[in-house]
Amino acid sequence: MTAADGGGTTTLVVRVENKAGVLARVAGLFARRGFNIESLAVAPTDDERFSRLTIVVGVDAAPMEQVVKQLDKLVNVVDIQELNPSASVERELMMVTVRAEPEIRGQILDLVRIFQATVLNVGYDEIMVSLTGSPSRVDDFEGLLRPYGIVDVQRTGKVALPKLVKAAPDPLAP
Amino acid sequence: MNMNGGQALMKALENEGVDILFGLPGGAILPVYDPLIDSSIRHVLVRHEQGAGHMAEGYAHATGRPGVAMVTSGPAATNIVTPLCDAYMDSIPMVVVTGQVPYAAIGTDAFQECDTTGITMSVTKHNYLVTEAADIPQVIHDAFYIATTGRPGPVLVDIPKDIVDPNNPRSAMEWYTPDSHDLPGYFPNQAGDAELIRQAAKLICEAERPVLYTGGGILKSRGAEALLELAEMTGIHVVTTLMNRGGFPDDHPLCLGMPGMHGNYTAVTAMQEADLLIALGARFDDRVTGKVGEFAPLAKIIHVDIDSAELGKVRRPDVAIQGDCRVVIEELVKALKEMGGSEAQPDRNQWRSRISGWQERFPLTYEQSKGDELLKPQYVLEQLRDSTPSDTIVASGVGQHQMWTSQYWKFNHPYTWVNSGGLGTMGFAIPAAIGAKAGRPDRMVWAVDGDGCFQMTAQELVTAATEGFPIKVALINNAYLGMVRQWQEMFYEERYSEVYLTRDVPDYKMWAEALGCVGLRVESPEEVGPAIAQANEINDQPVVVEFRCEAEENVFPMVPAGMSNSDVVVDPSQRDQPR
Ligand SMILES: Cc1ncc(C[n+]2csc(CCOP(=O)(O)OP(=O)(O)O)c2C)c(N)n1
Ligand SMILES: [Mg+2]
Repeated sequence: MTAADGGGTTTLVVRVENKAGVLARVAGLFARRGFNIESLAVAPTDDERFSRLTIVVGVDAAPMEQVVKQLDKLVNVVDIQELNPSASVERELMMVTVRAEPEIRGQILDLVRIFQATVLNVGYDEIMVSLTGSPSRVDDFEGLLRPYGIVDVQRTGKVALPKLVKAAPDPLAP
Repeated sequence: MNMNGGQALMKALENEGVDILFGLPGGAILPVYDPLIDSSIRHVLVRHEQGAGHMAEGYAHATGRPGVAMVTSGPAATNIVTPLCDAYMDSIPMVVVTGQVPYAAIGTDAFQECDTTGITMSVTKHNYLVTEAADIPQVIHDAFYIATTGRPGPVLVDIPKDIVDPNNPRSAMEWYTPDSHDLPGYFPNQAGDAELIRQAAKLICEAERPVLYTGGGILKSRGAEALLELAEMTGIHVVTTLMNRGGFPDDHPLCLGMPGMHGNYTAVTAMQEADLLIALGARFDDRVTGKVGEFAPLAKIIHVDIDSAELGKVRRPDVAIQGDCRVVIEELVKALKEMGGSEAQPDRNQWRSRISGWQERFPLTYEQSKGDELLKPQYVLEQLRDSTPSDTIVASGVGQHQMWTSQYWKFNHPYTWVNSGGLGTMGFAIPAAIGAKAGRPDRMVWAVDGDGCFQMTAQELVTAATEGFPIKVALINNAYLGMVRQWQEMFYEERYSEVYLTRDVPDYKMWAEALGCVGLRVESPEEVGPAIAQANEINDQPVVVEFRCEAEENVFPMVPAGMSNSDVVVDPSQRDQPR
């Protein structure tokens, strides 16, 4: 299974101090303790002192509790959220360039329409499109494009936030 | 106040209460060695940077205060990697300052540049590359805070030359005294969860065969007194791991001594047969557990540690309490008192008599040398133990002599045992003893060293001689890398491969003298006592006493690596005893 289909993985959202070398500390810890990173996305946060890492970890590789506790010991790690795929909303961005001779370009544009993807650039026999979606949807799209001949593909690795509470608080509750 | 970064560094160290620095200068750190002249901090000039690191560790072991070392960039920084790793494994509070090439030169392969923070990332609790002179006061303040709080450990601060060089405008700064920490991700927690402590107390009151399994966390948390109260109130026996020798008095009737690979039979077996292990500041190290799957198979586990990552790392506890050992033990004692104190403890007479049965059948033992046989190292250690003050600080190297020292010494005071447990660093003893003596000049300090270990760091005896640290070294010359020889004898069919060191080269007596020490050589049992007495009298010079010992002596008991603790191999003379 891969990170993209959410099987056998857990997503950690790790807020770290925005300092030189922090990524090396996190990556080094994973390597040294024998933990496995399936994907990793790094981005600034609204507070410039911090960055957010979204790390997809193979759960078979190590007891998740150890991964979290060891990460938490890094002085530059501020907090860690463990996101279960079922309790979170996940998104990933893919940019892909596909073979698209003029006579089959229409078939590819059909797929683009069905998936609500975006055309980014068009060449005489290739087309570049992007899709943002749940990792499994991105997988499906990539799979459907593959027979046409993928020239180049870039995926960001997923980012995630916890799902929100659905039931409003009972106004009559004490 | 305007000053340069070098002055700020010295002032920051002074503000942290540093009274002694172990180090050796060089190009990148040169600017800091100038304001050092005007500082109240004493500097000890070492002969190898590894020595500086182990001295800082020895100082920390003996005093509980952070040890500090300062060295230059490149090869000096790499020379101190071993002590950093040693301190990391044994949770020793230490701050190491390294010089670095000027900030603008970093990444250019400049002369004596190395990626010090990269290299030491995995062997420090935290490290810093300081980029601005103005950051120095805050970083030093934070570095000491990190090194000494939570689970203690080494912190490295790498300082580019330009920010401390008064001739460089980048070194100019305005002094400030930091009044807080800039550590948004670091919150060491002391107190244990009250409900979990109550659950632990309940398990203790129900246990028929409990054992207190106590590790280095007792000493780190200054928890020896609290442990004594807990043990005496409950009447529960205590094993003290290699890292907690002295954390509970060996003379106490409840003390079972050291467990593990070379632990005594009773300590090993009591843990193995226990129905409750109360692990306090101990980490279920493989040298203690033997084959993990067969370790203490009947025991429930209460595990107390300041580092929550230790809870469940090796063995899943029934009650896991994250917190400072001393604080948690004190709360546990309170909770037990509320449940009725010693009255509430079940009758454990049967367990006690099993324990005393093991103690009677399987005491530590060895066969005394006969005729003109060479000395038995165990005999030397017994003599040394009996002819030195009870608060003598003992530092040891790594190998058979280390295990015999831990086995045969009577540690009745905390902070008297200085040793390299987790990393097992040969060469630790001499510099660590010097550091301990620097921290506790009022105490007698003996290093027990192997002939192999001695040859790794003997040059620091020059430091001891010239800087006025009259330590004493008991050199157990068994002509071998003895511990490795023992493994080859037992597990490689006596095929000895590269373990013979020779008996007479070097001439240790002459070498000691050349290093500025008094050198003594002892060959027969009658000479042992007088030589120790002579060494004890010398207080103006270091002394090395070479004890020429039997080469073939083995350390028993032994749990062979990877085997269950139930398969502990006892001394040959005890092999017919019923277990
Ligand atoms: C730096 C280092 N190198 C190698 C080892 C492996 N080792 C462990 S004990 C030992 C032998 C130590 O010999 P010696 O100092 O003579 O002590 P003895 O066992 O003979 O008492 C060796 C080589 C080590 N622990 N540390
Ligand atoms: Mg030896």
